[in-house]
Amino acid sequence: MADGAPHTEAREYEQRDSIAKHPLLPLVARGVDFGINGQRIIDDVSFWIGSSGRTVILGPNGAGKSVMLRLCHGLLKPTRGEIRWGDMSVADAREQQAMTSQKPVLLRRTVNDNLLHVLRVKGVPLGERQALVDAALEQAGLTDLGGRHARDLSGGQQQRLAIARAFVLKPKVLLLDEPTANLDPAAVRGVEELIGAIGAAGTKILMTTHDIAQAKRLAADVMFLNQGRLLEHAPAMEFFSSPKDPVAARFLAGELPA
Amino acid sequence: MRSKTNSSPTTFTRLVAALVLGVLAIASAALGEPRSIIVASTTSTQNSGLFAWLLPQFTAETGIDVQVVAVGTGQAIRIATNGDADLLLVHHEASERKFVSDGLGLARHPIMHNDFVLVGPVADAAGVRGMSEITVALRRIAESEQIFVSRGDDSGTHKKELEIWGASGFDPRPASGSWYREAGSGMGATLNTTSAMGGYTLSDRASWVSFGNKGDMEILLEGDPPLNNPYAAIVVNPERHPHVRVREAQAFVDWLTSARGQAAIAAFRVDGQQLFFPDVVPDGR
Amino acid sequence: MVRCWRSKRASERMTLCVLMRTGFRTHETIWGRRRPYDRFSNMNESPSAIGTALSMIATLDADLFEIVLLSLQVSLGAVAIASIIALPLGALIALQRFPGRRAVVILLNAMMGLPPVVVGLMVYVLLSRAGPLGSMGLLFTPTAMVIAQSIIVLPIIAALSRQTIADLHEEYGEYLRSLGCTPMQSIATLLWDGRFRLLTAIMAGFGRAIAEVGAVIIVGGNIQHSTRVMTTTIALETSKGNLALALGLGVMLLTLALGINAAALVISDTARRRYG
Repeated sequence: MADGAPHTEAREYEQRDSIAKHPLLPLVARGVDFGINGQRIIDDVSFWIGSSGRTVILGPNGAGKSVMLRLCHGLLKPTRGEIRWGDMSVADAREQQAMTSQKPVLLRRTVNDNLLHVLRVKGVPLGERQALVDAALEQAGLTDLGGRHARDLSGGQQQRLAIARAFVLKPKVLLLDEPTANLDPAAVRGVEELIGAIGAAGTKILMTTHDIAQAKRLAADVMFLNQGRLLEHAPAMEFFSSPKDPVAARFLAGELPA
Repeated sequence: MRSKTNSSPTTFTRLVAALVLGVLAIASAALGEPRSIIVASTTSTQNSGLFAWLLPQFTAETGIDVQVVAVGTGQAIRIATNGDADLLLVHHEASERKFVSDGLGLARHPIMHNDFVLVGPVADAAGVRGMSEITVALRRIAESEQIFVSRGDDSGTHKKELEIWGASGFDPRPASGSWYREAGSGMGATLNTTSAMGGYTLSDRASWVSFGNKGDMEILLEGDPPLNNPYAAIVVNPERHPHVRVREAQAFVDWLTSARGQAAIAAFRVDGQQLFFPDVVPDGR
Repeated sequence: MVRCWRSKRASERMTLCVLMRTGFRTHETIWGRRRPYDRFSNMNESPSAIGTALSMIATLDADLFEIVLLSLQVSLGAVAIASIIALPLGALIALQRFPGRRAVVILLNAMMGLPPVVVGLMVYVLLSRAGPLGSMGLLFTPTAMVIAQSIIVLPIIAALSRQTIADLHEEYGEYLRSLGCTPMQSIATLLWDGRFRLLTAIMAGFGRAIAEVGAVIIVGGNIQHSTRVMTTTIALETSKGNLALALGLGVMLLTLALGINAAALVISDTARRRYG
């Protein structure tokens, strides 16, 4: 059922969705396996995502959410199966994507220089860089902190900087791995607002979380992952009101450890 | 947007800049000036302070900078053979003549001489003090199996020592490692070794007099004619090595053999002792 | 004292400038025939190395100053050149997977223990007039010493920076890949962000260079006022039997190395506390 059912559901869901004008969509996975040292971490996962809304990969710890995200971003290669973004391979699509990780990887530089680093690597002309940096800082609410050292920021500020840095060149797709893990509620709100604003501007967001409440707040559609298997993929409203998969239902009822 | 974090890159950048400047300074220093020559010479002339005494006078008169590489005579000859020096100033006549006859150098110019001395412990267990012939003294040391430290480095002094052993009819080489110790180092290091072992050794007088760690060693035999130690200068043959600065090197030889140079050699003193005796103008005037 | 004749060499000019600025007066005995540092040689009666070192520093002998300066120039120059090559090389080996990479790492580690005399001999053979690079006329110049020391410290800096960069890459690797950095861009990022840790690798190279005698005495020739550095002076003074003087110089060398290492450690520690 992990193979057929979500696939069909997603297709139905997509047909009801009108905004599908995205160059990297649909994101299609077919029979994807991933294993390390004989241990299977992703087990025969297939899905079809056509919406440019926010897709949340939900599941308990150790479900394989982060690995799934990295497979989509091309940082890991499937041991079997295939993933494609529109008519592009994962590797080609990566140029129009950006990703942040659970613990933000910030360079040992100022906030400003962290953003400039992306622009330098991407070859943005010198004269255009600072304007882009300033816009990103403003969007992330970090305008006054440009000169601070990145590692002196609070956890929430660090995560917002990481997202701002990922978004500074307006990628078509943003992949966020547990963007609010280990943050206090106020910081979580700040990060979620930023994600909301970016998503509203038309960027496809694919993010992981183990936080049911956060998924409810952010998700347009939910992929429920458990023990490396995709058990359900459905529009958020449907998923939260009447989950079809019994494990997902138990998870939503708080009967599985988040 | 530039703020406190910039202090660290700046420190770092400065450090890098300092390093680069250092390199440039060295690079510019290495662009050799035309009026300088390299002399391959022996440790005895350098360590005694003779060059430090002579060179400023010569440079003041001619403006030519003389750079001395002080090594054993054997190595000095090899350096000159490779063309890595302009002038050779050493003390082993046979090797010098061969250097010239092999076409490696121009004429051989005798400059000065001093002598070798046999030094050993004041206690003198071999009992060579007061002897007049060096060959007899070395035989005595060998027979009593007292420690004798040889330079063992193919230097002029080493060659001389081997010649004397040859003349004495005794071959010390089989005893190498027992009482006959080959130090394989310069005169000073050999004297240090000899002092530490309480042994005997052959030294040129200049190195001995200016040696600072004599301990309980003293001169036990001197003045035997075979102990004469003549120094000569040879300009490296420019036909072999076109880069050799013949004019400057010859100017130095001319100066050394001139009345002024010879007088300067004669006037050199360590602890009130004259260490080198001019050969061209013997009385120094 | 012999230090009064005029010289056009840049390094000496530099020395003299510094001396003039510090108000240093040249020696009273212009053509006097004291050997270098004679005033210290008579300390053999009471051979206290530290005392000798202190009085050498206190009197700031011009010859000594020149020797210390050249030591620093040669060793810092060598470390600078070696770093320019070794840091990217270490980073490249840390990042790139290529056939024979393990062999390169082993070779690099082995070369950390390369005896300076062997390097000196190799450079000597190369730079000798009879050798392949003889026409450059570099033998017995500070440049030759810089070349030899660069070769000695290059493997040290490369091997240590490889480790440092590999550690940093553990952390940055995913970000750099996600960003689509070219290998060059990755290396530049890692080198810059690892700069304070890399200082430790560079200092290890400097420590080796400044303390090394085997190579510089062969390719430099220990020429007074030209290629004489602290270690070759120590060797020379030892061979002249001036043991207290040699020890005093040794104490100075140690102090200098200690001071520079301490400064580097303070810089990198402060920076690391501050910037991770």
